[in-house]
Amino acid sequence: MSQASETHEHHGANLRDYVIGFVLAVILTAIPFWLVMSEAAAPSVLLPTILIIGAAQMLVHLKYFLHLLGPDGTWNISSLLLTILIVSIVIGGTLWVMYELNNNMMPWMF
Amino acid sequence: MTVLGFWIYLMSDCIVFASLFAAYVTLSGSMSGNPGNAEMFDLPYVAMETGCLLVSSFTYGLAILAMQKGRSDLVMRWLGVTFLLGLTFIAMEVNEFHHMIAEGMGPGENAFLSSFFTLVGTHGAHVTAGLIWMIVLMAQVTQWGLNEVTRTRLMCLSLFWHFLDIIWIGVFTVVYLRGAMG
Repeated sequence: MSQASETHEHHGANLRDYVIGFVLAVILTAIPFWLVMSEAAAPSVLLPTILIIGAAQMLVHLKYFLHLLGPDGTWNISSLLLTILIVSIVIGGTLWVMYELNNNMMPWMF
Repeated sequence: MTVLGFWIYLMSDCIVFASLFAAYVTLSGSMSGNPGNAEMFDLPYVAMETGCLLVSSFTYGLAILAMQKGRSDLVMRWLGVTFLLGLTFIAMEVNEFHHMIAEGMGPGENAFLSSFFTLVGTHGAHVTAGLIWMIVLMAQVTQWGLNEVTRTRLMCLSLFWHFLDIIWIGVFTVVYLRGAMG
């Protein structure tokens, strides 16, 4: 029992978390697939919607499967935040630069 | 400490995937006369792949719970289920790639397809590596039972497996759902 509670503290895993995470993940997967397959709205509305739902599902996985958003594990969280910053710079920066480049090179296409 | 070190490796892997996503989104318009991606992607098929990976994340969680209770028999059972689900995912992905290449939509056709195969293929290669790792761990748990070493390795593979599922959320959202919208 002491062994179990010790590892429990370390990893914070329990069945309840996995079940909640799984149910939320299924819902957050089904909604965007349904929205796109039924063409529920115009692409300009759908795209931001599915991106937000995808980001929400990533948070659900981080909290309930990786047990990351709890009180313990500050090093995990700080390395994650740094990574999110770098990822935002890489993806956001690329899209920004390439969009401007396209704008300047081929103005008739936009 | 080992688990934290492995976590930091995963964070660097995140940056690899970020670059591939950025390249994909940049190049996804470069199709040089080929049919658009809207006709290319079979969403019900992708939904099944997604389901396999999602359920496998859950069953890996059950293996971790069994590990915490010291039940190596249950650990083996849930790792086995996770392995089969992961294998199904990879088989479906290989089948999808095979069909695309057979229909003249291979990675050499245009920049969009190159970036598609690189992004989705890199994720698939990670899942394949995870499956090999899982077989090795199952052999080690059979051999040594649940000791300090195998527990640490099970925790690392757990991070890896859940991480790949998170990357897949990005893949099905940005590649397949966005692509099917045309």
